[in-house]
Amino acid sequence: MTIKKMLLASIAIVCVAAPLSVSAETADKKIALSNNYAGNSWRQAMLTSWDKITKEAVSNGVVAAADAFTTAENQATEQAAQIQNLILQGYDAIVINAASPTALNGAVKEACDAGMVVVSFDGIVTEPCAWRIAVDFKAMGESQIEYLAKKMPEGGNLLEVRGLAGVSVDDEIHAGIQAGVEKNPQFKIVGSVNGDWAQDVAQRAVAGILPSLPEIKAVVTQGGDGYGAAQAFAAANRPIPTIVMGNREDELLWWKQQKDANGYETMSVSIAPGVSTLAFWVAQQILDGKDVKKDLVVPFLRIDQDNLEANLEKTEKGGVANVEYSLEDAQKVIGAAM
Amino acid sequence: MRLSSGTIRMIIPAASLAVLLVAVFYMQPRAMSYTGLNLLFNLAVPIALATIAQMLIMAVNDLDLSMGTFVSFTACVTATFLQSSPALGVLILLGAVAAYALMGIVIYVRQLPSIVVTLGMSFVWGGLAVLMLPSPGGEAPGWARWLMTSKPPYVPMAIVASIVIAVLTHLLVMRSSFGVLIRGVGGNARSVERAGWSVVGVRAAAYGLAGFFGVLSGIALVGLTTAADANIALRYTLLSIAGVILGGGEFVGGRISPIGAVIGALTLTLAGSFLSFMRISPDWQIGAQGAILIVVLALRLLLNRLEKRENNR
Repeated sequence: MTIKKMLLASIAIVCVAAPLSVSAETADKKIALSNNYAGNSWRQAMLTSWDKITKEAVSNGVVAAADAFTTAENQATEQAAQIQNLILQGYDAIVINAASPTALNGAVKEACDAGMVVVSFDGIVTEPCAWRIAVDFKAMGESQIEYLAKKMPEGGNLLEVRGLAGVSVDDEIHAGIQAGVEKNPQFKIVGSVNGDWAQDVAQRAVAGILPSLPEIKAVVTQGGDGYGAAQAFAAANRPIPTIVMGNREDELLWWKQQKDANGYETMSVSIAPGVSTLAFWVAQQILDGKDVKKDLVVPFLRIDQDNLEANLEKTEKGGVANVEYSLEDAQKVIGAAM
Repeated sequence: MRLSSGTIRMIIPAASLAVLLVAVFYMQPRAMSYTGLNLLFNLAVPIALATIAQMLIMAVNDLDLSMGTFVSFTACVTATFLQSSPALGVLILLGAVAAYALMGIVIYVRQLPSIVVTLGMSFVWGGLAVLMLPSPGGEAPGWARWLMTSKPPYVPMAIVASIVIAVLTHLLVMRSSFGVLIRGVGGNARSVERAGWSVVGVRAAAYGLAGFFGVLSGIALVGLTTAADANIALRYTLLSIAGVILGGGEFVGGRISPIGAVIGALTLTLAGSFLSFMRISPDWQIGAQGAILIVVLALRLLLNRLEKRENNR
C-alpha cells in the first residue's frame, strides 16, 4: 500500500469512527484509582485533580463510577492486597500509581486475568499486560543540565540533591543528570545528598555537606527540595547558586521573591499531578475499545523566568503547579504514540 | 458445661476471623468463591509464615524488630540469586538462617536486649537488600511462582497453604519435645537448665527456626508478586507481632499458639479488605485497623481476669 492510500484509509477510518466515539460504550463501566501514598502536596493535588475531572465525567455519563482508593501505608504488599480487593469489587479498569514497579506484578496479572484494564502512571508497573503512562524522568534530569549549559557556558561546580534511595524515579533523574554532565564536561558534580523530595530533609542534608564543598555554581534537584537547599545556603551565609526548582508553591514563591529583589534567574521542572486525569481518560479510551499502545509518554511541566508569575498565581498555597488533562489531550497522547 | 479459659483463648481468634469473614461475604458476595477466597487470602500466606517466625522468637521471651527487613532481604535473594544460580541462592539463605541462630546465641550469652540487637540487624538486612536490588526488579523462580499460583481442586491454594502451615507448626511446637523445650525456655529458663538442657542451644534452635520461616515467607511473597523490591515487606515486622498477639500469644512466658498465629495473620489481612470494602477513607484506615486490634486485645484482658479468678479458686 502506498503512503497516500494509507493516509486516505486512515482519514476514512477517522471519519467513520469519530461520530461514534462520543461517550460511547463506557457509560456502565467502573474505573478505580489505586494510589499508594497521599502524604505530600504532589499526591494531594493528584487526588484533587482526579476527583474534579472524574466527578464531571461521571455526571456526564461517560463512566458509571471512578472511585479513588489510597492505601493507609506506603507499602507494596498492602497495595497488592488493595488491587486484589478491587478485582473482587468488580471494577472494569484500575488506574494505578504503584508503590513499586515490580512488586505489584502478581496482583496486576490477577487483574488482567480477570479481564480488567490496568493503566499505571507516575509509579508504573512492569507487568506486560498493563498500560504505562511514563514520564521521561531521564530527559527531565538532562533538561536541567541543558538549561544550565545555556545559562552559564563557562560551567562550574554542581551540587546534586537526589530523592529517596532505592526508588526508580530517583535513579532515572540521576541518570539523566549524569548523561547531561557527560555531554557538558564543563560541569562537575562535587557533592551529592539525598533530600527525599522533602524540603526539611533537603535542608538538613545540604547544610551537612556544605562546609566541605568548594564554590557551588548551581544545584540540580528532583523537586520538593529546592526551597530547603536555598535555606541551607542562606543559613551558611554562602552566595546562593542557581537552584533548579521543582514546581512546588514554596519554591516558586521563594523564586519570585528573589527575582523581585535581585533578578534571580532559574527554571523549574516537574510532572503535573494532574497526570492522574490523563491516566483516567486513557483507561476510558481503552474500555471504549480504542487501540492504545502499551507505553505512553507524558510531557513534563516546565516553568521559566517569563511564565513564573502566571504559574504561581494558579498554584494553590502549599500545592504544586498543575495541569488537568481532557479527553482531547489523552487522544493526542495516544495518537502521538501510534 | 463451662468452657475453660484455655478453650476460650483459642475460640476468640477463630471467632473474630469468622465474624470478619461473614461481614466481608455480606458486603461483597463475589468473594464467596474459589477465586474470591484466593484473592482475599493469598497475600496472607507470607504474613502467616512471618508470624510463625515471630512467634518462635516470642516463645523465648524475645521480640524481633527485624522481621520485615529480613523477609525483604530473603525476597531479594529469592528473586535474584535463587533464580539465576540456585546453589548460591540456597547457600546465602542457609547463611541467613545461621546468622539468625548466631543472633540467638549472642543475645543470650551477652545478655543483650533482643529489641536492640534485632533493630540493629534490621539495618544490616535492609542494607544487604538494597545492595542486591538497588532498584526494584528480579524474577521469581519458576517453582515458587508455580507453587503460589497452583490451583488445587475445591479448596484455593491460600487456604490449603494456611492449613498446612498451621498443622505442621502445631505438631512441631505443641506436640514435639523440642517444642516443649522452646516454650519451657520462655516459661522458666532456669528449670529447663536445671533439668540438664542447654538453654543456649534451645535458643539458637528457636532463632534458627524463626530464620527458616522468615526465608519461607520471602520465597512465598516473591512467588506471589513475581519480583522483589528492597522495601517489599517492611510492614511485616508489626503485622507479625500483631498476628501473634491476635492469635492468643503473649509477649512473655512462652505462651504461644501456632494455629492462633496463622488465624491472627488471616484476620489482619481480612481486616484490611474489610475496611477497603467499607470505603473507609485512608485517613481513618490506620485508626480503624488499630481499633480492631484494641477490641481483640480488650477481649483478651477480660480473658486474663477470668483466668486469674479460675486460678484463685
